[in-house]
Amino acid sequence: MAIAPAQARPAYNDTVVRGFALAAVVYGIVGMLVGVIIAAQLAWPELNFGIPFLSYGRLRPLHTNAVIFAFGGSVLFATSYHVVQRTCQATLFLPKLAMFTFLGWNLVIVLAVITLPLGMTSGKEYAELEWPIDLLIAVVWVAYAIVFFGTIGTRKVRHIYVANWFFGAFIIAVALLHIVNSAEIPVSLTKSYSAYAGVQDAMVQWWYGHNAVGFFLTAGFLGIMYYYIPKQAERPVYSYRLSIVHFWALIFTYMWAGPHHLHYTALPDWAQSIGMMFSLVLLAPSWGGMINGIMTLSGAWHKLRDDPILKFLIVSLSFYGMSTFEGPMMSIKTVNALSHYTDWTVGHVHSGALGWVGLVSIGALYFLIPKMWGRKAMYSTRAVELHFWVATIGIVLYIAAMWIAGVMQGLMWRAVNPDGTLVYSFVESVKATYPFYVIRVLGGLLYLSGMLIMGWNTVMTIRSGKAQPAVIPVAVAAA
Amino acid sequence: MDILYLLIPLSAVLVLGIIGIFGWALNRGQFDDLQREGERILDESEGG
Repeated sequence: MAIAPAQARPAYNDTVVRGFALAAVVYGIVGMLVGVIIAAQLAWPELNFGIPFLSYGRLRPLHTNAVIFAFGGSVLFATSYHVVQRTCQATLFLPKLAMFTFLGWNLVIVLAVITLPLGMTSGKEYAELEWPIDLLIAVVWVAYAIVFFGTIGTRKVRHIYVANWFFGAFIIAVALLHIVNSAEIPVSLTKSYSAYAGVQDAMVQWWYGHNAVGFFLTAGFLGIMYYYIPKQAERPVYSYRLSIVHFWALIFTYMWAGPHHLHYTALPDWAQSIGMMFSLVLLAPSWGGMINGIMTLSGAWHKLRDDPILKFLIVSLSFYGMSTFEGPMMSIKTVNALSHYTDWTVGHVHSGALGWVGLVSIGALYFLIPKMWGRKAMYSTRAVELHFWVATIGIVLYIAAMWIAGVMQGLMWRAVNPDGTLVYSFVESVKATYPFYVIRVLGGLLYLSGMLIMGWNTVMTIRSGKAQPAVIPVAVAAA
Repeated sequence: MDILYLLIPLSAVLVLGIIGIFGWALNRGQFDDLQREGERILDESEGG
């Protein structure tokens, strides 16, 4: 079969992939810097400086939105656009629309950076952005769905690789969650009120909130894991069959876990119990995914010794396993009675965010960035190794500090004297938490410095590389 | 808990949709020859 000259053969469209990959590194640094600032403000409130724009209350949602949607979102866009093309052996559907998603998403982020410190907030966690930005998000997201599913529709490989199922579920679920939770009635350009009220709003909010974790931060990143681990380890997924089984089990169960955020609130008891039960069931498919990813290294464990990218990817799964065990435990009402409103919740979040989402993103980016600029590896493999250790130590400091603080808070708040009065005043628990807030700043600083090392390594890699078009392979088995 | 009048039908529709998509995948041969499909991304012709 005659092979057409290289210029005439279609190539993958990686312009937007490169854009989002770079954006991910930048937003990772920015979002985590804001995180370190607010952690410091909790330990040393003078750092609020009496300036509303810089106050903790306004910077916290900037941090959460930046790390989840700016950093996490950019990673998901970059990797899903990269993976869907390679596994479908087709270029991106409607490339101009793909570019629109890049520009649109960045516009959302810029608007968030402006409006959140100005105090324009709907007050809904991980959905603070006001209604004009919510509309923009919806438009960008629909465009994303069209590009992604359109690319699958034009695939040359009949089978849809498992990672794409995870990406597809994440895209559809996030669309549903965003549109339902962000239903609001505008009263001015910068202010709206939720279409729901009271405990009803709480139920919708935490149906959204937990599925933001389950689909945005879990399903999407499992898609990433299922492509980049086999590619980096040069071994197929341990059990492809298991990957499909746990995909369906996972997406089915996650939708029902939301009420575990509302234990012992005005939410009806039976709704709380459903949330608790499904959260416990979720342990099984989650660990199925973890085991599948880690066991992909079966017969190739020695690669972990010298390959820091593999270290990032495999250790991320360890933290994923930890968090998906801790989560169900914390969903048990009796456990939750201690943990709710304490820093244990914060520790749990960051175990998942820094440990799972962060490390798998970093690993995937270290795989992707050199390829996008025509290099075999990052400029400095030793810097990647250093980043791994710095990040891991940072995570351990962070979560250990928060575990101790959280359990201590829970125990102090529930301590009663024989006559029924509380042993401790609230401020005493705040004072007791202080040293752990300081340790947490340290942990966060380490993690941030890892990202700065990554920033340097990325710049050096791009400077010594060259963006080349990647030609789509010609001969493909039609099946 | 009037919100349930929205959430439960929504969830039911979602579940039906999920079952439908699973059925489509099954019938269109997505789950045939899983061994090969797992290895396909490692083929040299993949184009990284």
